[in-house]
Amino acid sequence: MKEGMMNKKTNWTAMVVLILGLSAIAFPLYMTIIIAFKQPAEMTNSVSGILSLPKTWSLDNFKEAMRVTDFWNSLKNSLLITLLTVALSIIIHSLMGYALGRNKSHSKFYSFVYLFIVSGMFVPFAILMMPLAKQTAELGLANWFGVIILYVVFYMPMNIMLYSGYLVNIPMALEEAAKVDGASTWRTYWKIIFPIMRPMHATVAVLTALAVWNDVMTPLVIMAGSDQNTLPLAQLNFQTQFGTNYNLAFASYLLSLVPILIFYIICQKQILNGVVNGAVK
Amino acid sequence: MKNERKTTFLLITIPILALFVCFNTIPLIRGVIYSFTNFKGFGSYDWIGFRNYIDLFTDARVGKSYLFTFKLAVVTTIVVNVISLILALALNSKIRAKSFFRGAYFLPNILGALVVGYIFNYFFTYILPAVGAMIGSDSLSKSILSNPSSAWLGIMVVCSWQAVAMNTIIYISGLQTVPEDVYEAGGLDGATGWKQFRYLTFPLIIPFFSINMVLSVKNFLMVFDQIMALTKGGPAQSTESISYLIYNNGMSGGQFGFQSANAVIFFIVIVTVSVAQMKFTGKKEEQL
Repeated sequence: MKEGMMNKKTNWTAMVVLILGLSAIAFPLYMTIIIAFKQPAEMTNSVSGILSLPKTWSLDNFKEAMRVTDFWNSLKNSLLITLLTVALSIIIHSLMGYALGRNKSHSKFYSFVYLFIVSGMFVPFAILMMPLAKQTAELGLANWFGVIILYVVFYMPMNIMLYSGYLVNIPMALEEAAKVDGASTWRTYWKIIFPIMRPMHATVAVLTALAVWNDVMTPLVIMAGSDQNTLPLAQLNFQTQFGTNYNLAFASYLLSLVPILIFYIICQKQILNGVVNGAVK
Repeated sequence: MKNERKTTFLLITIPILALFVCFNTIPLIRGVIYSFTNFKGFGSYDWIGFRNYIDLFTDARVGKSYLFTFKLAVVTTIVVNVISLILALALNSKIRAKSFFRGAYFLPNILGALVVGYIFNYFFTYILPAVGAMIGSDSLSKSILSNPSSAWLGIMVVCSWQAVAMNTIIYISGLQTVPEDVYEAGGLDGATGWKQFRYLTFPLIIPFFSINMVLSVKNFLMVFDQIMALTKGGPAQSTESISYLIYNNGMSGGQFGFQSANAVIFFIVIVTVSVAQMKFTGKKEEQL
């Protein structure tokens, strides 16, 4: 009975705090949307002039921003890099997580390889940046493809840790049963283990996708000479072309935020679960 | 049969390990090698021993960037964790529209830091001064980003705006592990409000607190995108983070060798700080 009573009471102090806090999140987004729709003539120096609603909701700024920043090309590059990185990560990292997770407890070699790769988590990009810029140029990888290879390497430590941690919960008996039926280890992996690890694939996909989609530094350093942009890189490279036309700049910012916002609205639950799983495990 | 399994595992491990070595270990070693040269990023170079490292410790610009980065990391970590804890407690209490609030509060985390930085750049440059002029505040009527003593505050705000989302959600998952009867038992002993938090809730979520501490400090020490979008290291080099300095002077400033030495030191600093934090919070957990 006591519990029933407690459940009914709404904590109004918490509600007030949360509603006030929400304005801190909503304000920059509101500002972005209204400035993106306005014309330069509507922007006065007063607060109310900047923050009032636009006279007309015209899409002209967006059309112009798409043209100036080569939006569709950048979007295509960002999608290509993100999707391929996620797909490769799920395949390569889960395989490696499996090989290391199943052997590191009884083999010195595998436990060394595991520690060796996982400790890569502490290597900041700053120390790899300059040698990698040289190395990718030497190998002809100073392009989107090189960026994908680097991402697969950079996210390997975290993802392998996640996968081999998850494997602990998958009983060996499952594999042994398949072995009795004469299936090879390789086949057993794809038929039995890979599908069972689905919840972890979701976590890895979410974490890798968010990190890759928003990353600026890697494409900045590696793709600098390739004439190609990702969405964030396009914002950086075309910043000077907006000049003082902030409406155009904000239309471009908003455009670059829209794809991830749509993704978030559709997969909010999976994203929140993935992020928590990744951090806490 | 047993051999087949062993071979398969080796065939999986060797190529992937080779890939990792190629693009993580080898560049790391090359970075260390470059740090002993006077390489400019192009042309020929000579071995100069520990010259770069000795210069590093007397270089005012490098020293300034370490001071700035640590100040930013420490202050932002405190601000972010205090706000996140309050929000997590509120989001975990009995509220209406819980899933809406949780979804909304996580939103800043998924947005790209560079674009968020540009949006805030406009806010600090135009809107905040206009508000300052309106309320007649002298210090606010100029952009805080153009003043060497306050520019770091702008970066702190932008970093916090995004990082709070992540830390909050980790604290929420911590609070969900605290069983309801702990509060009930505590309530009988008169533990409510601050006392309840200090003596009951907080000790139980210390593992999540340590995750947040390690994550925050490591991320803020590596700050780059926000600097790029807000100040480009200025004004008067007051907001040059270590990553930004290495990128800026190493990639295009002709200091490839010198900044490699800086990067090696930075690497050692990151490892030391992370390991020390884990040891420290690990000990705390044991005591409880």
